[in-house]
Amino acid sequence: MNRLRGLRAAVAATTVFLVSACAGGSAGSAGSVTVFAAASLTDAFNAIGAAHTKFSFAGSQVLVQQIQDGAPADVLATADTITIGQVSDQLESAPQTFARNTLVIVTAPGNPQHLTTLADLAEPKVQVVLADPSVPAGKYAAQALHDAHVTVHPRSLEIDVRSVLTKVEVGEADAGIVYVTDAMSAGAKVSSTPIANSPVATYQIGALDKQGEAFVTEVLSPAGQAVLHRYGFLSP
Amino acid sequence: MTRRPPISLAVAATVGVAFLVLPLVGLLVKAPWSDLPSLVTSPEARTALRLSLECSFGALALALITGVPLAWLLARRDFPGKALVRALVTVPLVLPPVVGGVALLFAFGRRGIFPLHIAFTTWAAIAAEAFVAMPFLVLAVEGALTSLDQRYEDVAGTLGAGPLTTFRRVTLPLVGPGLAAGAALAWARALGEFGATITFAGNLPGSTQTLPLHVYLQLQSGHPDAAVAASVLMLAVSILVLVALRGRWRVSRS
Repeated sequence: MNRLRGLRAAVAATTVFLVSACAGGSAGSAGSVTVFAAASLTDAFNAIGAAHTKFSFAGSQVLVQQIQDGAPADVLATADTITIGQVSDQLESAPQTFARNTLVIVTAPGNPQHLTTLADLAEPKVQVVLADPSVPAGKYAAQALHDAHVTVHPRSLEIDVRSVLTKVEVGEADAGIVYVTDAMSAGAKVSSTPIANSPVATYQIGALDKQGEAFVTEVLSPAGQAVLHRYGFLSP
Repeated sequence: MTRRPPISLAVAATVGVAFLVLPLVGLLVKAPWSDLPSLVTSPEARTALRLSLECSFGALALALITGVPLAWLLARRDFPGKALVRALVTVPLVLPPVVGGVALLFAFGRRGIFPLHIAFTTWAAIAAEAFVAMPFLVLAVEGALTSLDQRYEDVAGTLGAGPLTTFRRVTLPLVGPGLAAGAALAWARALGEFGATITFAGNLPGSTQTLPLHVYLQLQSGHPDAAVAASVLMLAVSILVLVALRGRWRVSRS
C-alpha cells in the first residue's frame, strides 16, 4: 500500500515536471534570423549572411521535412523547385528563383585517367561515386547520364553532394559528379570538366515569416547576386 | 513488504525511464502497421537487413577473434606500455563514429598509410563496424577476467594443462557470461553503426547500405513510412538477438 502511494506520487510529480517542461518551450529568437539552406549554398550564404543570421545547411528534402515537423526557420532555400513546393502553403509569398547551378565531372588533380566525358565514366576500371538520387544533385546526375545514354555502375551513392566531392578529394574514388560550385570550393585539390548539356539546378528561396523577408531581399539584391556569382552560381 | 523508496529518487528514476521508453513508444505508435508487412518485405529493406546481419556478425567475429586474446593479455600478462595499449583500445569507444570513418579512410583507404583496397566493398562496412564495436567486447571480457579467481587457472596448470588448454577449457567457460554480455553489446553497436560506415564504406544497396543507412536515406527522400518500418524491423531484430543471448548466459550461469 505504502509502496503504491509512493509510486503514485512519483508518477504525479513526473507528470507535473513533464507538463511544465513542455510549457516552457519555444526558444525566443527575437532579433536573429534562422535560414535553412541547401548544403551546396554553404560557402556563398555564409558570405552573404550578416552577424545576426543563423544557418542550418543540409539536403533540401531534410530541411523541408524539418520545417514540416515544426523547426523554427524564417527562410528556406532549396536546390530545386520541387522540395520547396512541399511547404508552399507556409511561405509568405511564392518562392523565387535566385540562382542556377550546373554539373561537372571532378577527378584527381590533373585528371590522370583523362576522364572528359560521361561515357568515360562507364569504363569498368573507373571508380565512380554519385550522390544518392534522393538529393537533388543525385537526381540531376542521374538525369545527365540518362540524357547521354550512359550506364554507370557507381561504387557508392553518397548522402549529399559534398560527400561525393570528399571521396574524390581523398582519392577513394576516381571520379564523381558534383555542382560546378562544389568543384570551385575544392580549389586545386580536384580537377573538373564541364558536362555537355548538363541539367541546370534551379535554386529557390522563400520567407516563412515576416522576419525572414529581409534576408530574401538581400539574396536577390545586386550585392547578394554578386556573391553568389563569385562562388560559381549562374544568375537566375 | 518492500520499503518505500525516497520520493525524490523515485521521481528522478521515473523521468529516466520515461525518457528512455517514450521514443520507442513513439516509434511503435507512429509505425504504419497496416503497410508494415509490405514495407519491411520490400526488396530494398530485405537487402539492407540481410547486409546488416552479415556485416554485424562479421564485425562480431572479427572482434571475437582478435578481441578475446587482447582482453586476456590485458588482464593476465604484464608487458611494457600495457596502460597505453588499454587506453588506445578504448579510444574508438569515445570517438565520434564519423571521425572513426575518416581515420579508417586515412589508414586503410586507397591513399592511406596501409592501403587495403576494400573501399566501397562489404569488407569496408564490416571493418567500420568492427572498429567501433570491438572496444565493448575487449572491456567486458577484460573486466570478467580480472574479477575471475586466478587460482582456477593455476590449479589447471598444476594438473598438467598447458596455457592454451587452460585458456580454452577453464578460462573461457568461466568468463562465459561476461563474454556473452560483451558480445551482445558489441554486436548491437555494430548493427546500429552509421557514421563510420557511411564515411568509410559509402552507401550502395546490396554492398554497403546497411539498415541504419537505409533508414536515413528513406527519411531524406521523403518516405518516413519506409524509414519507420525499417526502424521497427531493426528494433525487433535487436530484441530477438538480445533475448536469445540472455537465455544463453543464464544457462552458463547455473
